[in-house]
Amino acid sequence: MTHSAIDLPVTADDRRIARLAALAIGLTLAEAAIPSPIPGVKPGLANIVVLLVLLQHGWRAAAWVSGLRVLAGGLLLGSLFAPGFWLSAAGALASLAVLALARHLPARAFGPVSLSVLAAWGHIGGQLALAGAWLLPGAALIKLLPVFAAAALVFGAVNGVIVARLLAAPETDRQTPPGIATGARKR
Amino acid sequence: MLLRAGDIGVLLAGGGIVVALAVFAWSGGRGDTVVIRAAGQVVETTALTHAQSIAVDGPLGTTRIEIEPGRARVAADPSPRQLCVKQGWLTQSGQAALCLPNQVSLEIRGHASAYDTLGY
Repeated sequence: MTHSAIDLPVTADDRRIARLAALAIGLTLAEAAIPSPIPGVKPGLANIVVLLVLLQHGWRAAAWVSGLRVLAGGLLLGSLFAPGFWLSAAGALASLAVLALARHLPARAFGPVSLSVLAAWGHIGGQLALAGAWLLPGAALIKLLPVFAAAALVFGAVNGVIVARLLAAPETDRQTPPGIATGARKR
Repeated sequence: MLLRAGDIGVLLAGGGIVVALAVFAWSGGRGDTVVIRAAGQVVETTALTHAQSIAVDGPLGTTRIEIEPGRARVAADPSPRQLCVKQGWLTQSGQAALCLPNQVSLEIRGHASAYDTLGY
């Protein structure tokens, strides 16, 4: 019996990204259970993870985590390749693009809160742009814009404060990302 | 430090943008003038500022239009089906009530018109 195995070398980077993506996916699933008065208005808890990854491991890792979250979140929620999935993907993409620019802002003045708010606006911007161009052309999306912008501002600021708090946590907790630190220690 | 100087700036600017968006997206809907036509000709253009009643004559009889601050309606019309009367009060820019048999129309206009033109 021939047994051929393709060995894919797994680097520490891969493991870290997988771990963080799993965390982001978990938050996405938990968030899907929260009822929302308006479709599309969500706290965006997974963005906390993406932002932490961005600030600690760079944009590339954040893009991986975000992409994996959208893909696996779609799989697990059963919305893969459905309109909601594409909206999510468009939002994540726009948000990452905004972050790619915004992370070059001077860190002395602009902290996680700024990045979080800008990323949240990137999210709604990408989603509404796709919705307007593809799903609901001609619909009065402009009337919804203030609602989404306000929600993004509030949730973005809250998420940003959470990120800032987590980053300010003692150095020992920061070795492994907060939240899964306990899980990692058990191994 | 949770909030840095720039963060506060971003939050304030964000609040400003949200307010500006709300004003931009949600205002301009309410009308401030009413245009009354009979047989296609404008017979009266008046502001929706004070209550008044206007009578317009058409082929079937007299259409009575009632105007109150911020709204207007066709109060009475000789048309058989009373469609324009049943429309009730009109408040938004671009809304119109047509009394077709009597050839009288009522159109609300705002400072930003929702449509360039309407053809009936």
